[in-house]
Amino acid sequence: MIWNSWSEFWAMGGYGLYVWGSFGATALCVALEVIWVKNARAQALTQISNELVAETNSKEWS
Amino acid sequence: MIQKLFFYASPQNFYPLAGKLWPVFACLATGLTVWGLWLGMFVAPTDFQQGQGYRIIFVHVPASWMSMVIYLAMAFWALLGLTFNTRLSGMMTKALAPTGAICAFLSLWTGALWGKPMWGTWWVWDARLTSELILFFLYLGHIALTSAIDDPRRADKAGGILALVGALNVPVIYFSVKWWNTLHQGASVSLTKGSSMAQVMLEAMLIMGIAFWMYAVAMALYRVRSIILVRERHTQWVAELPEVRAQMIKNTAGGANA
Amino acid sequence: MSAFVAIVKRDLTLALRRKNEVITSVFFFVVVAALFPLGIGPEMNTLRLVAPGILWVGALLASMLSLSRMFATDYADGTLEQMALSPNSLSLLVAAKILAHWLLSGLPLVLLAPILGLQFDLSANALWVLTLSLLLGTPVLSLIGAVGASLTLGVRGGDVLLSLLVLPLYVPALVFGAGAVQAEISGLGASAHLSVLAALVLVAAVFSPWASAASLRIALES
Repeated sequence: MIWNSWSEFWAMGGYGLYVWGSFGATALCVALEVIWVKNARAQALTQISNELVAETNSKEWS
Repeated sequence: MIQKLFFYASPQNFYPLAGKLWPVFACLATGLTVWGLWLGMFVAPTDFQQGQGYRIIFVHVPASWMSMVIYLAMAFWALLGLTFNTRLSGMMTKALAPTGAICAFLSLWTGALWGKPMWGTWWVWDARLTSELILFFLYLGHIALTSAIDDPRRADKAGGILALVGALNVPVIYFSVKWWNTLHQGASVSLTKGSSMAQVMLEAMLIMGIAFWMYAVAMALYRVRSIILVRERHTQWVAELPEVRAQMIKNTAGGANA
Repeated sequence: MSAFVAIVKRDLTLALRRKNEVITSVFFFVVVAALFPLGIGPEMNTLRLVAPGILWVGALLASMLSLSRMFATDYADGTLEQMALSPNSLSLLVAAKILAHWLLSGLPLVLLAPILGLQFDLSANALWVLTLSLLLGTPVLSLIGAVGASLTLGVRGGDVLLSLLVLPLYVPALVFGAGAVQAEISGLGASAHLSVLAALVLVAAVFSPWASAASLRIALES
């Protein structure tokens, strides 16, 4: 272990802003992308099911 | 073997395969990230010149690598799609593009955050960063083009041609930017420290690189499943999927309650 | 060969009937070249430094403005479809259209550039290299632009999209074109840059008509 304390770890020898700014942006992008793809899948499923339901409904009434 | 490959060229067959594979890649990505970050943040020593600031390479370099690898993958699928006229190839290209664009953006962002403490400015027109910026524009252009065209088949093919033209141009662009940079006596810094890196640093960087790669594959596989669903929504096999059936029940139940 | 010449003649005739389109992009170049000094300041040393870049970017943007015209009118009235169906190779016909586009958009810029260069106090040698670099570079812009124009044919928001697609691909031509003039000014000699530009023209001349024709077929079949 190369760090003597947690505060040293967060400070990153003075470069804390840049290091954690980079890692933070990466983590944020990953999180956002995961949410994005999950949403896309949910939207796709909703769209398809709505269309199918509408189709079966219209078939029932015709 | 070739038969197997053509079997999976059908969206109907690829959908369940992608469904089984993406969790594998996601786990690999997570595991490798943990290992790589542990090595990089807790084992790798302080750099002599750059202090602790160099640790940005553990995300900057993998992001840059992936932005280029993903673009090549897009060009590969584009070539396949234009040659064999397969629908799935176009869908894969579309699935890869957003992850690639995000990697290019992260490469630029982390590059700027690295540049500020090291060279004093947020942006430096060095050959690699400038080429990365242009690569980012190429990604955005591709996403814009494929989104703007309504007909999915035309969007696939147009995107394919654009990806190929872009891929062929990337070496030319990189070369020209390198030329442009050296003639103008830009800051002659190498973002990677070459073979003078400590063993642990190199190891951690490579592990993070592979971790990003696994993540990109997982994202692409997950995304392509949604694309397949939307594109193939008029087929019987999609209508019979358990998740679609479940959603339909939710819809009609919700409708009945309304 | 006669089909090639016929298409060039046709495009030139049609464009010259609507002269204002040609004149507008030339006028754009002139205005941009005049606007930059107004934005930067009249200090001649600064202007001489930035002149190659400004003039080249101005020419690049002016050439890009007219790109959407290359195929749009023919696509709208069905002529493009006839060209695709004709026994002539579509790549050849596309090459003819690109040549016509360059004659209308690129060549006037080449002829104007030395005059505009005088506004920036460029030396005679630098003006000569500027003209030569644009003479070699503007065909590259037309050739690469043709690929973009054919990809975005009939697409919503096509003009802006076209710029977004084509500008990154313009970078090598810009780097070597403006770099040639800068090399001349700094005494290094522009022959290397101009050679690379010439190579770019040759490669683009081979690949672009083919890629554009493929893109046009994709646009036409939908």
